[in-house]
Amino acid sequence: MMNKVIMSGDEAVARGVYEAGCHVAAAYPGTPSTEILENIGELYKDDIYCEWATNEKVAAEVAAGASIGGARALCAMKHVGMNVAADPIFTMGYAGVNGGLVIVSADDPGCHSSQNEQDNRLYAPHAKLAMMEPSDSQECKDFTIAAFELSERFDIPVMLRMTTRVCHSKGLVEQGVRASVPVKTYERKVDKFAMLPATARKRHAIREQLLVEMEAYSNACPYNRVENAKDDKIGIITSGISYEHAREVFGDDANYLKLGLTYPLPRDLIKGFAERMETLYVIEENDPYLENAVRALGFDCIGKDKIPICGELNAEIVRSALKGGEKEASCNVPVEAPPRPPVLCAGCPHRGFFYTISKNLKKIVPVGDIGCYALGVNAPLNGFDFSICMGAGLSSIIGLAQALKMQGDSRKALGMVGDSTFFHTGLNSLIDVISSEANVIACILDNSITAMTGHQENPGTEKNLMGRPSPVVDLVALVRATGISEDRIRIVDPLDLDAMQAAMDAAIEVSGPFIIITKRPCALIKDVIKANAGKHCVIHADKCKSCKQCMKITCPAIAFQDGRAVIADPASCTGCGLCQQMCKFGAIEKVGE
Amino acid sequence: MTKNILLVGVGGQGTILISKILSVGLVQKGYDVKMSEIHGMSQRGGSVTTQIKYGEKVYAPNIGEGEADIIISFEKTETIRALPYLKKGGTVITDVHEIYSMPVLTGTVEYPHDAIDVLEKSIPNVIVVKAAEVAQKLGNTRAQNIVLLGALVKSMKLDDIDWEPIVAQFVPAKAKDVNIAAFRAGFEM
Repeated sequence: MMNKVIMSGDEAVARGVYEAGCHVAAAYPGTPSTEILENIGELYKDDIYCEWATNEKVAAEVAAGASIGGARALCAMKHVGMNVAADPIFTMGYAGVNGGLVIVSADDPGCHSSQNEQDNRLYAPHAKLAMMEPSDSQECKDFTIAAFELSERFDIPVMLRMTTRVCHSKGLVEQGVRASVPVKTYERKVDKFAMLPATARKRHAIREQLLVEMEAYSNACPYNRVENAKDDKIGIITSGISYEHAREVFGDDANYLKLGLTYPLPRDLIKGFAERMETLYVIEENDPYLENAVRALGFDCIGKDKIPICGELNAEIVRSALKGGEKEASCNVPVEAPPRPPVLCAGCPHRGFFYTISKNLKKIVPVGDIGCYALGVNAPLNGFDFSICMGAGLSSIIGLAQALKMQGDSRKALGMVGDSTFFHTGLNSLIDVISSEANVIACILDNSITAMTGHQENPGTEKNLMGRPSPVVDLVALVRATGISEDRIRIVDPLDLDAMQAAMDAAIEVSGPFIIITKRPCALIKDVIKANAGKHCVIHADKCKSCKQCMKITCPAIAFQDGRAVIADPASCTGCGLCQQMCKFGAIEKVGE
Repeated sequence: MTKNILLVGVGGQGTILISKILSVGLVQKGYDVKMSEIHGMSQRGGSVTTQIKYGEKVYAPNIGEGEADIIISFEKTETIRALPYLKKGGTVITDVHEIYSMPVLTGTVEYPHDAIDVLEKSIPNVIVVKAAEVAQKLGNTRAQNIVLLGALVKSMKLDDIDWEPIVAQFVPAKAKDVNIAAFRAGFEM
């Protein structure tokens, strides 16, 4: 009992990385995977080189290089990050490893904070990676350690596939000590790691052979286990968090085939289990990955015909899908709760940018991206029309501009990315904007931090994940280096509405690319909070004409009460002064400066 | 038998802190504990839920509709939003504190100030705790969460666990006394 600690899945993976003697870890922040590297950076940086990479592809390549060099290496990413990193990961699927290589994919069933709920289990057979799926925090730690061992034993990258509820749920974890694993000697092996066609053809055949050997292991390994009931009436095949739901619903009345090593799948084990069951259920979230395998083996089962393919599961959903029965409404209360959507924080520099966008919608078509500024989409700001993925804010506008022109729409396409997104993939997009001479406005909203995922360092910050000072990459110099002429760049304070509008006017007026860089640090950065301490705005009741102009910026610190605008929450107000600029009657004053 | 506690509030109110305190206490008592929270978008002034399940052996970490034994709410309308998760006959502990969301601030939706009165008339086990008010009187509005923790401990009959040292361990040293007072105030309400 003494050495059991309550840990989230992400914390437990970080602990597992430490105990496995891993040497190198890299990631780009993304919910729900962020806390893995955060914890490594905070707790284990003396033993593990760790970094926030500029994007997931870079993170995967940092880890791949470390593995080839002989170190145990890990990269972690959210599910959509795996799409960015797919290129090196597929190559490593053929090449295999030197030091153990573990790739964490943190999926987000239910889209709690993602643009889709893609099921990354399908990547394992596609990229020819081994795959493990932990169900709880203890398994997160145990499987992480096992993944490094299996990676080296079968010469294969191992994908540790988690989901939001595994990452962010906490449970008891037994602590161990760090294994002493020496870095393997690096040797030049071109027939393994220099992935030219001749090498690839050879490696592919070797990979297929190793997968056959690994399947034999999968059939007998401790990570795939049968839990028997007293009879063979109900059998359940399941993995990951779905095992927990299944257990809660069926208790000891069912037999379970609980799968932890889910690629290569243990087909003989599945066959033996399925054969003896009267009724067979396959319980899994999102896609029918296990079910398709069970059906390919010739067994009928109950799965996605009953259990929803869309959304996150919980025990209640599994229960009503498989056991049916009318649920009694617990209570009927005739009150409705007003919606509470997340909003841009009080003092957020993006607010001034989005207000300017909202004023110019007759002349521009705005396109968004991934980050805090995604919150600008809602009315009344209506800050963008569509968003796709990281970086697309600056590249989709190139095609959009062409399509608008072809249909005689004179509005200019405007795209936006944050500083971290710019370093992630926005830079490539911007280079395309410049070299294609696209008729677009490219906006970079530089708030000096990776804000949405909780303030991780990025190439524009003065510190790195290991807490050491790091060179600050000059974003403006990078933009200038694309060769764009100086009269087509504006650097503005987004909280200065006149300057914002002037920049927008200049950008709309010219034909061809124009770049607006807004510069103002996030209001939640510690030093900024310190600098703003005590500052706030007041609205003088005698001067307020109830015109509601100040409400148009949707600041959570301002409310309209008893027919007047008031600063309802002075503690959250930073005194940014945006509302003051909105007021035509001089009713708003900044105080505490 | 597993017990399910659902904590609801608004980003920044400290729901996660009391769920941490709860987990540590329940583990000390020898229970298996699982706690689930959602990060990410929910931080920006949106609704926040944290779920704690404890018992001899806990499997699923998240609570489905109709499964919560008790709902602890930090904000009036969040109480209403969470009601579908309440088990039939379950208990609601709610503050009467009001935090206005953007649609309310802009005047597009009206805030139901009478929500708790309606709730008390509609279901039996409602415990109203003026936690934010009590915390303010004690001199630290941030101690609202600890007042609610005290009320929860009493309602769930978890007072055989020594909570005060755990509370002290999780709050800043200078705020220790006020938080201990907040815990006692919540327990005695």
